[in-house]
Amino acid sequence: MAYAARQDGLPAIRPPLMKRIADASAPYLYSAPTLILIVTVMLVPLALGISYAFRDVQLLNPFSGAFIGLDHFRALSRDEAFFRSLRNTLWWTGASVLLQFAFGLILALLLDRPFRGRALAQALVFLPWAVPSFLAGLNWAWLFNPVVGPLPHWLYAAGLMSEPGNILSDPELAMWGPIIANIWWGIPFFAITLLAALQAIPRDLYEAASIDGAGAAQRFLSITLPFLAPTIAITVLLRTVWISNFADLIIVMTNGGPADRTQIVASYIFTQAFKRLDFGYASAVALVLLALLLAYSLLILILRQWLLSKD
Amino acid sequence: MRAKPALLTVAHRLAILAYIAFALFPLFWLLKVAVTPNDLLYSEGIRLWPSRASLEHFDFVLRHSAFPVFFRNSLIVSGSTAVVVTILASLSGYALSRFRFRGKYWLVTLMLLTQMFPLVMLVAPIFKILSPIGLTNSLTGLVIVYSAFNLPFATFLMQSFFDGIPKDLEEAAMIDGATQFVAFRQIILPLTLPGVAATLGFVFTAAWSELLFSLMLISGNEQATFPVGLLSFVSKFSVDFGQMMAAGVLALIPAGLFFLLIQRYLVQGLTAGAVKG
Repeated sequence: MAYAARQDGLPAIRPPLMKRIADASAPYLYSAPTLILIVTVMLVPLALGISYAFRDVQLLNPFSGAFIGLDHFRALSRDEAFFRSLRNTLWWTGASVLLQFAFGLILALLLDRPFRGRALAQALVFLPWAVPSFLAGLNWAWLFNPVVGPLPHWLYAAGLMSEPGNILSDPELAMWGPIIANIWWGIPFFAITLLAALQAIPRDLYEAASIDGAGAAQRFLSITLPFLAPTIAITVLLRTVWISNFADLIIVMTNGGPADRTQIVASYIFTQAFKRLDFGYASAVALVLLALLLAYSLLILILRQWLLSKD
Repeated sequence: MRAKPALLTVAHRLAILAYIAFALFPLFWLLKVAVTPNDLLYSEGIRLWPSRASLEHFDFVLRHSAFPVFFRNSLIVSGSTAVVVTILASLSGYALSRFRFRGKYWLVTLMLLTQMFPLVMLVAPIFKILSPIGLTNSLTGLVIVYSAFNLPFATFLMQSFFDGIPKDLEEAAMIDGATQFVAFRQIILPLTLPGVAATLGFVFTAAWSELLFSLMLISGNEQATFPVGLLSFVSKFSVDFGQMMAAGVLALIPAGLFFLLIQRYLVQGLTAGAVKG
């Protein structure tokens, strides 16, 4: 009866209160589990970690935990190993990103041309991306090992090495080990993203350009590169941050050795926490790394603003 | 005039072949040492294939080592993480795709933020938090940690799949009287099944590869995941290369299978989580 009355009587005004509350809260209900997990497992530990940087927290010492102010940072300013790891981080990140990008771009350009068996070739060259990073590290460590790996013998045969030794134990060359493994592992990432961007370029642009008599190099410089530029900028910037934090390969292949020559800041943090169980000092180093990454991101943002305002 | 394009084609194919060789060689070598019997490993040196191949290392690893346990642990952790993350990320991804709400901006900012700071920062505090509640040295603890780490990326990925499905579909269902959640579950989710599969694959692969947190949080052999087990094997028996590489080949299998599954979605996945490997 009530139903019939409503149908011909009152105009349908607002839905009932309960329904409105349910509607307004719906998106929050959908995202609540995700939000709760992220806050409890990432944000709370992040805040806790920042507090550790100013406290004496050692896992094996039950009396530790006191507030010690800036003591960790004072120790840090005299820590040779830390400054070495900073320089190593620059070297590791710069060489890895640059070479991954260069080889990734070439691969993307190669795959952009249609040819028979392209799908298969693509699957094969992208395969390293699926290899777990610890296995990639071990695999390359074995390749560099003169007992089971071919690389030292090949380098020796090519006259690049005086004897078939392990470059991972050579302080001068050791960093190249993880860098090469990282390049192998990271080329697919750049190739996949750049290939997607390449395939989004309208083909008729190239045709029009060739009709106008533009050569291959000219077409690349005036069509391909400008179209790729945003993708290149974003992937390179994000990848730089990511790789500077990427310690897996180093921990697996050299554990920072020989004599800290391959220690980057991220692996140094892990070593402090995992081997020496000095959580306070590890968190202080982590805080410095966080500050540096923030500064880097800010610099990029400012650069971007400046470039935009210039146009 | 004809010679030049032909030459270019040859150079192009050779370059592709060089890339394929570079990509596959380390994996080929892994397999090669894994099937080389111990007595040939040192005598034959760097031959490309042993004169006699055998599966003895695989046999040993599968029957007389703890690797089946590690393998099972890793399967449990990665599988559970993939399922948990995919369920939660389809809910939150749907919220981001379909609703306009005040907290949306903050949610997105928060998730982007979690992708920017070094996760290694969290190693010590997470250990400190999980240890008193008995979640260190526990597979459940790993699942919780990995789920949180993968959620932001998976949410963006699922959002991109939902964005590809027209809104009219659930609007029609809701006019017919279905609630939005029913429309989501019965109409939208089935249409995003490929997206669900891709998310499962990406998260599984990421959890299968994670190293630092499982090294920190797991100490005993009982709960060790594959990377932890393999690394402790390497430091303990560093002379038994054949067995180590046989174990390595085994670690590659699930990752390889999931790679085949998600191959078609690589581009979408990598752009959704451009900051993730």
